[in-house]
Amino acid sequence: MTSKKYYLLRTGMEGQAAFLSWMVCAGASQISLYVRWKFEIWVAPSRKCSGMEIVMRKIEIYIHIPFCVRKCLYCDFLSFPSGEKERERYLDALLWEIETQAPKYRDYEADSVFIGGGTPTVLTGEQLGRIMRGIKAGFAFGKNPEITVEANPGTVDRGKLEESLKAGINRISIGAQSLNDRELELLGRVHLSEDFFRAYRLARKAGFQNINVDMMAALPGQKLEGYLDGLKRVTDLEPEHISAYSLIVEEGTPFYERYGREGKREKGTEELPGILPGILPGILPSEEEERLMYERTGELLAAQGYGRYEISNYARPGYECRHNIGYWKRHDYVGFGLGAASMVENVRWKNCTDMERYLHCMEARKGQREGTSEADAAEGIQEERIFLSVKEQMEEYMFLGLRLTEGVGKEAFYKTFGRKIEDVYGDVIRRLQGQGLLENGKQVRLTPYGRDVSNYVMAEFLIGI
Amino acid sequence: MSGIEQSKIRNFCIVAHIDHGKSTLADRIIEKTGLLTSREMQAQVLDNMDLERERGITIKAQTVRIIYQAKDGEEYVFNLIDTPGHVDFNYEVSRSLAACDGAILVVDAAQGIEAQTLANVYLALDHDLDVFPVINKIDLPSAQPQRVKDEIEDVIGLEAQDAPMISAKNGIGIEEVLEAVVKKIPAPSGSPDNPLQALIFDSLYDSYKGVIVFCRIKEGKVKKGTEILMMATKAKAEVVEVGYFGPGQFIPCEELSAGMVGYITASIKNVKDTAVGDTVTDAKNPCAEPLPGYKKVNSMVFCGMYPADGAKYPDLRDALEKLQLNDAALQYEPETSVALGFGFRCGFLGLLHLEIIQERLEREYNLDLVTTAPGVIYRVHKNNGDMIELTNPANLPDPSEIAYMEEPVVSAEIMVTTEFIGPIMELCQERRGRYLGMEYMEETRALLKYELPLNEIIYDFFDALKSRSRGYASFDYDLKGYEESKLVKLDILINREEVDALSFIVHADSAYDRGRKMCEKLKDEIPRHLFEIPIQAAVGGKIIARETVKAMRKDVLAKCYGGDITRKKKLLEKQKEGKKRMRQIGNVEIPQKAFMSVLKLDDK
Repeated sequence: MTSKKYYLLRTGMEGQAAFLSWMVCAGASQISLYVRWKFEIWVAPSRKCSGMEIVMRKIEIYIHIPFCVRKCLYCDFLSFPSGEKERERYLDALLWEIETQAPKYRDYEADSVFIGGGTPTVLTGEQLGRIMRGIKAGFAFGKNPEITVEANPGTVDRGKLEESLKAGINRISIGAQSLNDRELELLGRVHLSEDFFRAYRLARKAGFQNINVDMMAALPGQKLEGYLDGLKRVTDLEPEHISAYSLIVEEGTPFYERYGREGKREKGTEELPGILPGILPGILPSEEEERLMYERTGELLAAQGYGRYEISNYARPGYECRHNIGYWKRHDYVGFGLGAASMVENVRWKNCTDMERYLHCMEARKGQREGTSEADAAEGIQEERIFLSVKEQMEEYMFLGLRLTEGVGKEAFYKTFGRKIEDVYGDVIRRLQGQGLLENGKQVRLTPYGRDVSNYVMAEFLIGI
Repeated sequence: MSGIEQSKIRNFCIVAHIDHGKSTLADRIIEKTGLLTSREMQAQVLDNMDLERERGITIKAQTVRIIYQAKDGEEYVFNLIDTPGHVDFNYEVSRSLAACDGAILVVDAAQGIEAQTLANVYLALDHDLDVFPVINKIDLPSAQPQRVKDEIEDVIGLEAQDAPMISAKNGIGIEEVLEAVVKKIPAPSGSPDNPLQALIFDSLYDSYKGVIVFCRIKEGKVKKGTEILMMATKAKAEVVEVGYFGPGQFIPCEELSAGMVGYITASIKNVKDTAVGDTVTDAKNPCAEPLPGYKKVNSMVFCGMYPADGAKYPDLRDALEKLQLNDAALQYEPETSVALGFGFRCGFLGLLHLEIIQERLEREYNLDLVTTAPGVIYRVHKNNGDMIELTNPANLPDPSEIAYMEEPVVSAEIMVTTEFIGPIMELCQERRGRYLGMEYMEETRALLKYELPLNEIIYDFFDALKSRSRGYASFDYDLKGYEESKLVKLDILINREEVDALSFIVHADSAYDRGRKMCEKLKDEIPRHLFEIPIQAAVGGKIIARETVKAMRKDVLAKCYGGDITRKKKLLEKQKEGKKRMRQIGNVEIPQKAFMSVLKLDDK
């Protein structure tokens, strides 16, 4: 079965209606309607089509809250401690950004919202509610949106949770990271394991029916048994979703000073000077231990009914995180707030990371509300705007899609680019398949071995290097 | 031109240890005599290759003619011949000196006499040059001119109390130097009526004029139309043009006669016909015998040069051809390596010469090169009485056919402050040096004399010397000859495959140590692959060392969300980009720089 993709640039409504009815007669199986911009119509000549599905173009929304109680020692995210006044000021600017930018997306339907950070739960319930009202005022939502807030166990209380739910937030992602207090202290977290259990129970009690728990592996001094024990205790709580990933020692963090440099991996018997007096961090687990932790994670979680749908994400069936899947499947997404990234219609950009500049830009625009175009408001903070060529789109499609357990569908590739994956990547796929790194069926996906060296595999899909 | 009296000509050069300010003084002299305005002066006019300026060294001899109005009211013609300052170019230096009648010895007022000061001064004295010292950098806070003057008198035996005290950098005392040139350097001798006898001290290739021969006329005269004969190479040609050297340009003149320094062009196509040190004479009226001192320049150091991209082989050949037009000391012949494909085995005067050629190929000809470890010429005596001069370790005959091998040995002089004598002696010992003796120059400094195998000093000896003496030691050497030695070929196996381009010859006693270090080095250089890669060192089929490049590190299971995508792509690009500068050998990818890693085995 071959299908063909037609684009019809906007004509008058009569023209559209005529075209649509003609397409349905011709046997269109699916019509994506991007109002105002273009139609995307899939036609399968051999298939009879009884009805027509009209799909609004979807967009995922990300909101960045760059605040936390205290910076964790491994953290390289855009986040810092703040005062009440600064948070209010930021919130005003953020809401202004949403308000002025949202009209650009009026032909889209929001499929998910993710309020991330930092620690969004350093905000009050009222503040979280205000953000949600701002988003809802600016965006149309689909039937059943996934709306997540990230939470640090040390910063949630019952009131905050209830207000969040009331505001429409229906998913909470709790950063437990570890259930070992020594490890938590070492990471520089502000909470202890009992805070996590308390936060989890509060969230359930408040009515959250979709909870994610973040867990970290390969921490200094961590042993396989201890790690698995923590993971098991998390599954006992029966969250819908678990993210389990390894500690990455990022440059510019105190952890990097300790572990990042060549030959330092095995050290760790000395104190971190000035940071954690009296605590011996212990050594990072070896490559083999880290790998074993990963393998056992998969086994343990599978036994408890969690499927691995992405390299480091596990969920009960039907609870896979739609927002994150959007990133890996290259859905359009728009980010608001300091440093937030966006990709819409194959253009990527990022907001500036300088708080003063962000606030200043937003406040200045706000002062001269009259006669300010939407574009003006954005230009001051948007940076690194990249128009992705088809080649770059394909590269991203592959290296992001391969993160998913299901991999990249050959037909989906064809539908997206109008070219067969074999014509673009046939040699690469066959070579990697030969090396035992890829499975090559209807879906192209990483083998377990391929997942071990995923960067190597993904790099092969870059064209022209 | 014939109007110049021989008594008003001064042919001289400047000799110094590296960095003592030779080229700066030359610039100042040119400036002072009004040849160039200071606006036209680019620092160090005579070092006109980019590389020379960057490295602060003189690679090719340069010559300039200057008119000086002396205090006695007379006008003098100075021919200043700037000589290369590095031991690699010793022979060229000696020929340049032979073209002069005197020399200015520049000594740094802070550092005093160094190894090359001595070597150059003795070289100048050997050529019967009148040498007078000049104390440079007197404006440095650490200058000790009196101490340096005493040192010159004590060590070299040159009268130094009235030596001009100058700062070439700041133009202090230059006038004094010029006057001293007039007074202390003798006018040339020789008669224009004798048969032509001219010394070639340099030559360069010009695409319009052909080879331009730089020479000093010792006897007789030469002009357009003279049929000349190069006595050693037997090449003959008819003179098209003669002239002298303006700064940065050639100025034609009627004739060159005895005592003058100038150039000759004669539509000569190949610099090899005009070997430095050869004598030019009149083919119809030849002189009785050539000037003394000519020798054929031989390459001392060899290495393989391969284009990183095999398709660039013809480009590399063309580039070498062009460089050779101007550099008779550069030798090359095609060779093939299993690992590296088609390339050339190139011969150089020394390691600096090698580096210069390598850099020029990469910069001026835009070639990406893979260079194998440099080696020297070994003499392999076979059981059947044959002797092979071995420049490529890959060509070493089977050990069963070899009776014995010889390696080149140099006599080295190392000047060092007394506190570092210990570490330096230790270094020489490690490098199989034979101690010949030590002389104290003064209380705090000594001259160490050693015999060292050349292959022990071509890699990193100079660096090691500098680091073990905190930069205070200076070094000079002369090829002494060949000596029998217990040598073996060290082979490197990567993933159980012998990589010919990594083989090198080494003394049997250090084979184990070198092999081990080489394996360690390669282990760091070769990136992890999907599989484990053994790296082995072997001598005569016997494995003497082994390291393992572990299989690729498993990627950390990172998150990758909206904000990370661009960063992730960059990371992947970097990973893939890294593979570009690799050589595929079997199924292992080896970075190009690994082939030079043998150079950096000294871990001190």
